[in-house]
Amino acid sequence: MSTYWRTFKTAAWLGWEMDSNWTEPWLFVLYSVIKPVAGAFILVLMYIVFVAIGRPQGDPDAFSYMYVGNSFFIFVASVLFGTFQVIQSDREWYQTIRYVYISPISYYVYILGRAASKIAVSVFAVAITLVFGVMFLGVRLHLALTDVPLFLVSTALGLSVLLAIGICLGGISFLTAKHTHGLAEGIPGLFYVFCGVLFPLSVLPNWGQAVGRAIPLTYWFDITRRLLTEGSTVNTTLGGYDAPTILLFLVVSSVGFFGLSVLIYKIGEYFARKAGKIDMTTSY
Amino acid sequence: MSVATDRRTDLKYRVGLNLRAVVGRSYPRIVGANREPSWIFFEAFLPLLGIAAYVFIYQFFGLQATAAILGNPGNPPMCGDHVCASVAEQNQYLAAVNANTNALIASVVLGGTMVAFWLNVLWSMASQLYWEKEIGNLQLYMMAPMNRMALLGGMAVGGMVMTSMRAVSTLVAGIFVFGVIFQVANPLLLLAVFFATLIALYGLGMMFASLYLLWGREAWNLSALMEEPIFFSSGFYFPLGGLFRIPGWGPAVAIAGSFIPASIGLDALRQLTLGSTAFGGSLWIFNVTTELEILVGMAVLFLILARYCLAYLETLAKREGKLTSRHQ
Repeated sequence: MSTYWRTFKTAAWLGWEMDSNWTEPWLFVLYSVIKPVAGAFILVLMYIVFVAIGRPQGDPDAFSYMYVGNSFFIFVASVLFGTFQVIQSDREWYQTIRYVYISPISYYVYILGRAASKIAVSVFAVAITLVFGVMFLGVRLHLALTDVPLFLVSTALGLSVLLAIGICLGGISFLTAKHTHGLAEGIPGLFYVFCGVLFPLSVLPNWGQAVGRAIPLTYWFDITRRLLTEGSTVNTTLGGYDAPTILLFLVVSSVGFFGLSVLIYKIGEYFARKAGKIDMTTSY
Repeated sequence: MSVATDRRTDLKYRVGLNLRAVVGRSYPRIVGANREPSWIFFEAFLPLLGIAAYVFIYQFFGLQATAAILGNPGNPPMCGDHVCASVAEQNQYLAAVNANTNALIASVVLGGTMVAFWLNVLWSMASQLYWEKEIGNLQLYMMAPMNRMALLGGMAVGGMVMTSMRAVSTLVAGIFVFGVIFQVANPLLLLAVFFATLIALYGLGMMFASLYLLWGREAWNLSALMEEPIFFSSGFYFPLGGLFRIPGWGPAVAIAGSFIPASIGLDALRQLTLGSTAFGGSLWIFNVTTELEILVGMAVLFLILARYCLAYLETLAKREGKLTSRHQ
């Protein structure tokens, strides 16, 4: 266990250095803020344009729904990317995977450690985006003190699921070419569409709603929104479940996805070793 | 003078050499992509989902607006900011919401095709020389006898072809999955705007390629930084004119975003495919002809600047001897 912990700590430190030491701290902070805030502003402008030409009286509930979902989606994009890109960057760019891989550590734990720095930066970015929304865009947020433990537990579970999904993708990317950008865009895109991040599941066709209900992140976004934007009139289609039930879904799916991540990682690793692909490079 | 030296200074030979370099550098991108079937899934299908999310947002807004116009037992039917005076007015508002929602979805689809090219410019043009340095190919390129612009040109041609698959799949999905209707009245002008936009975009990418090499590791992060902020300031997912509706900072951001050729190109493409009367004609920047002229100007300017940046880079690299120093 101490080896795992040491690996995790060292990998987290390495990830932080790789993420942040390319520039001055102030520039890194600016960089970490501009990207998510600009992402939120795309949605703000979409809303403004629609209000300008489609619904002059506006729709504050729909806007808050979208804004909170988008803020927490920062976790999805960056934690997933921070996890699965470890294999591809070590393999293709730094070409150090062969040295790390043969060292006497758990590569699985090493990947988790490398992703930890991305989570730390994301927490900061999410907080900034939410505060910005409340202060300048009229987003209505309220978190009751009694709900704080539930909020923290659900956030931890949501992040666990994200890490597990990231490891699953990492296992697959052992065998694929340099698809970092396709994966970075596409997989979060999948959750963007089906998990009720920006619009409720009711907008999707029935099969799309079924897909959304099978993904644990849907429940994470739902419970987060229930805690932060109480009293919203948007029909999420999950109103029939109470908060503890949603949390139970999250717990069960976290455990399930952890098992799945170990399985897919092991399978990917096995076939990559068999095909001699652990340290391949695919530069086009 | 030997025959070999005589041939090297011959214009026909040099043109042929550089054309072969263009073909040679574009070849691995085109063929490499074809030899890797998983590329189609990762680069063409998966990114469609992100575009679909933006489409569904507009559909969500459209449904909310329609519900407000239709009203329900607790709320009267609202036409704009007042209660609908008659069924005719209600129908008029419903038709307007439907038309605007469809036009916005079409704007997202067109923006999605341009996103593909912009990401290719950032990650496969601008970052490419830096990437080549990291993996050790750059010195080979520098020693080869062709003009370095031919190398960048080859990267651009290969990148355009490779990316067109994603762009086309986005368009096809827009038409067949999301039911977007494009009304193209002037296909020749549409093609002219499209290719002028691409040349200007890739010219910008060629210029960035040299600059990124100078900036080192910061450049990699700069590419990441030029995704969402550029999508926002250049109006990839909404008509750029929307930014001009915001008093104060809105026009400033829009003008800054207009330095990326995709913004002006998208505005012109949207006018040509949706009609200049879409959105009540209130969200366009300039007319199409003016925008085409701006794009042509940008294309010429960026290509010239790319040539100068490359020459500067070569001089600097020779003087400082750092061209092949990796991870800096």
